[in-house]
Parts: sequence; C-alpha cells; structure tokens
Amino acid sequence: MLKRSHFQPSLLPYLLVAPQILITLVFFIWPALQALYESFYIQSAFGLGTTFVGLENFVDLWEDPLYIESVWRTFMFSGLVAILAMSLALLFAALADRVIRGAMTYRTLLIWPYAVAPAVAGALWIFMFDPTLGIVSYALDMVGVDWNQAVNGTQAMALVIMAAAWKQIAYNFLFFLAGMQAIPPSVYEAAAIDGASPMRRFWNITLPLLAPTTFFLLVMNVVYAFFDTFGIIDAMTQGGPANATEILVYKVYQDGFVGLDLGSSAAQSVVLMFIVIVLTVVQFKFVEKKVQYS
Amino acid sequence: MMVERRPMSDFLAHAGLIVSVLLIAFPVWVAFVAATHDATRMTQVPLPLWPGDHLWENLKTVFLTGYTGSSAGVPMWLTLTNSMVMALSIATGKIIISLIAAFAVVYFRFPFRMFFFWLIFVTLMLPVEVRILPTYEVVANLGMLNSYAGLSIPLIASATATFMFRQVFLTIPEEMLESARMDGAGPLRFFWDILLPLSRTNIAALFVILFTYGWNQYLWPLLVTTEPNMTTIVMSIRQMLAAAEQSPQWNLIMMTSLLAMLPPLLVVVVMQRLFVKGLTETDK
Repeated sequence: MLKRSHFQPSLLPYLLVAPQILITLVFFIWPALQALYESFYIQSAFGLGTTFVGLENFVDLWEDPLYIESVWRTFMFSGLVAILAMSLALLFAALADRVIRGAMTYRTLLIWPYAVAPAVAGALWIFMFDPTLGIVSYALDMVGVDWNQAVNGTQAMALVIMAAAWKQIAYNFLFFLAGMQAIPPSVYEAAAIDGASPMRRFWNITLPLLAPTTFFLLVMNVVYAFFDTFGIIDAMTQGGPANATEILVYKVYQDGFVGLDLGSSAAQSVVLMFIVIVLTVVQFKFVEKKVQYS
Repeated sequence: MMVERRPMSDFLAHAGLIVSVLLIAFPVWVAFVAATHDATRMTQVPLPLWPGDHLWENLKTVFLTGYTGSSAGVPMWLTLTNSMVMALSIATGKIIISLIAAFAVVYFRFPFRMFFFWLIFVTLMLPVEVRILPTYEVVANLGMLNSYAGLSIPLIASATATFMFRQVFLTIPEEMLESARMDGAGPLRFFWDILLPLSRTNIAALFVILFTYGWNQYLWPLLVTTEPNMTTIVMSIRQMLAAAEQSPQWNLIMMTSLLAMLPPLLVVVVMQRLFVKGLTETDK
C-alpha cells in the first residue's frame, strides 16, 4: 500500500491529490448525492417547489409495469449479448490458438471493432437492416422474411443485440486467446499421448482452465451491455418500437431528459447505482483476474 | 495449441478464421461501398456490394459542408477537431491527475491518505450513464455547457488510471527512492527523473485506451453541447440518422461513420501491443 521508505508529511501530497479529489467531489459524489436526495422528492407540476415523499418514487417504480418490464428486458438483453459475444469469441480464439502461422495477423483483424464507437456501430447495423434499402433486409426478403425493426419489436431487439455483440467480440476474443496461450503445451501433449482427441482436449482441458477468464468476461459483458450500449440503442431504435428495446439506462435518460420526471429518473439512477455497486463488488471479490500475457 | 500435425484440421482452422474475419468486417465493407456511390445509386434496391467512383466527392462534401439533408449541417473538419480536442484532453487529463494522485498515495504518509484513496475508488463504481441528470445540472450551474471544459473535465476523474499507476509504482524497488534520496533528490525531482521514465510504457498503453474512450463518448457530448459548432463527430451521426428518416443520404452518413471510427481504429491497430497491455492492466 505505502512504500516502506517514503517522503515525510508536507503540503505536497495534498496538492498532488487535489485535482483528482476536486473533480471526484464535484462531478461524482455531489451528483450522486443529488440523485439520492431527489429520489425522495416529487417535483410539482410546474416545477415550482418539491415535496418530500419518502420512498414513494421507489414504490412507484416497483409498481410500474413499464419499469419492471424494462428490468427484465435489460437482463434478457445483457444475457443474450454476453452469450452471443462470448461464444463467438471463444470459437474464434480456439481457432486462432490452433494455427501457428498468422495467429497475430488474425488477432489484428479481429480486435479492431473494440475501437468503434457504440453509436457508429449502431449506424452501420441500422444501415444494413434498413427495411427498404438495407442489404441484409433485402437478402432476408428474398428468402421470405419480412424485416422491419421499426415495427417489429422482436426484430428490433435482435438487431441491437447483434450490434452490441459485434462490438464486444473483440474484447472477449483478446482475453480468451490470452487465456488459451497461457496453458502450458505439456498439458496438451500429455493428453494427446493418452489418446485424447483435439475436441476432447478442448472440453476437458481448455474450457475448465478458462473458467476464471470466462467468469471475469461474464461480469464485464454484463456491465458493458447494461451501461455502454446507450449509443447503440439511441442510434438504432431510441428504445422503440413501443419500448421494445428500452433498457434501464435508456429509460433513465428518457424519463429524465425527455419526460422531465425528475423524481422518477433520480430513483432509477439510484437503482442503477446500486446495481453498479453490486457488480463492482462481485468483480473485486470473486473474480481472480490473472490473465498471463507473454 | 496444436500438438500433433493434422494438415486437414489446420486448413479448417484457417478457413474458419478467414470466414470470421470477413463476417466481422462485413458491416464496415458495406459502409465503405456506400461511401463510394452517389446519393441516387444509394436509393436503388438492391444496394451495391462493390465500390463506385464517388469516394472523393463524398469525402469533400462531408468534410467541407457536412450532411446536407439536415438543417444543422456542420462540416466535418469541425466535428473532427472537436472530437480530437475532447479525446486528447480526456486522455492527457486523466493520465496527469492519476499519475500525481497515485504518486501521493504510494510515496507519502499523510493524514486522510486512505480516505482520499477510497474517495477515488468510489468513482470507479459510477459511470456517467447512471447519474446523467444531476451531473448535467452541476455542469450547467458551473456554466460549462457548450465548452471543451464541459466536454472533458467531468470525464477526467476515474479510478482505473489511478489504480493502474499505483500498481506500477508498487512494483518499483524501494532502493530507487533510497538511492535517489542519497543523491539529495526531493519528491518532485524523484517523480520527474525516476518514476515518469519508469512508467513510460504504462502511460502509452493507457493513452491508447483513454483516447479511444474519449473519442467514442456519446451521451455526454449529446447533453452538454447544444450549439452546432460544438458537435463531436460521433454525436453528429445520430443527427444524420434522425434526418435520414425523411431523406436518407446513406453515402454521406456512411462516409461520416467511416471517418468517425478511423482515428481510434488506427490508434488501436498501430499500437496493438500497447493496446493489449492497457486493456488487460486497467480492466476497463
């Protein structure tokens, strides 16, 4: 924590931490407390004055079928994004780990979507699936699928899941590949001598040894799907059609900035902060992230 | 990991990888093709899958005049500049304040040291998306709307960078400080002459991650900028998509999307080794 040999107390360390602390207090702690405070009040109809209502905003959320639906939708969305992005990344990593020549070239060609902004990813995917012009919806039309994410909620959800997973594969791939490359070859050689086929070695050696990486990635993917996909949703569907893609983060924004329901938005922020704290604790407590890089 | 020679499965692995690479790249290929055709061709079904010859023309249009379909057509040289200023301020700002904060926490004993440390730690938990409205209010009250300061400073505090530097400093041998002291070096001299050079690669790795993070910001610029000339390129795409509902000019929208992803993409691909290091050492 602290170096055994260190400098004597003076004004200097305070000056050194001051910028970080100041920004933290002004832009993090203060707004968070503000959200907590506002979540116990209701703004009167014309924005004149507020009334203390205790936990009423939270009770309202709990009793609001739209909010509960959004909670379930968010879990489904995050789960599907995580499963899709992780299973494809695992497959790609397994392939890249097999080849001797060109593994690093493949890595370069597979990790770049990490750098694409969520909103840009949304634009690319909405263009391919544009109901009248999109190249993929055209192809789907040829095989008899009527694609229109502006009307069909299930299709809209499928589309945001695909776009979100597309961006996240790169991250998962990098960690899976690193995890696989850290497994000593001797383990595989021993299994091969015992007559284990490559498939069997993958199931019985690679997968179990990747368990810590997998759990770490699961948490990171859920965090990503919960909070970092705002740009994708806003660029593609704005939560529609008929709230079909309105996940919790999008709802906070909708109710707060568009609907101007401050109390409810603040209460939703508090619920989200709680979720973030739980996820962070899970990540710190249970995730042994020791991925070796060579 | 291949143990025995199996030419057939080796071939299949390569084939599988090539298919994966093509699948992943397909959305960008479609965008690139769209950016090389004129507006008329982009309204005829089926859309082309092979590049046309309007690349230069489209580039010139978006770069100098912006998206013509919307009233607020901001030229892209301006949105690119805004994005660059924001990304660079966020990346350098985070690195500087994290470096000095980590230095203080690791190398000084002073009252409230742990309190400060935990205060920084808490920020790790609160992404801007969950405290949108109150943070916006604070920035508005400080008169920082529509400014580079408003775009970057609220995003500068982050625990991850501080944690990473703390980790780096903890691995630096104790003898370093002792011998520096013997030579009569004060804290600032020690920081500048020894700690900074030793953390050079970490700073570079972090820069790659933070530049990408800053460049790709979306919700925050959307909230704190209302003047068209403060638009960043990533948020300008949203405005184009909204305008596209009436009169789609996909050739221009896709050209903008390509340019919006190019700078962070180049940084990540060119500095791949540093990128991987940064990603695995900061968690996020």
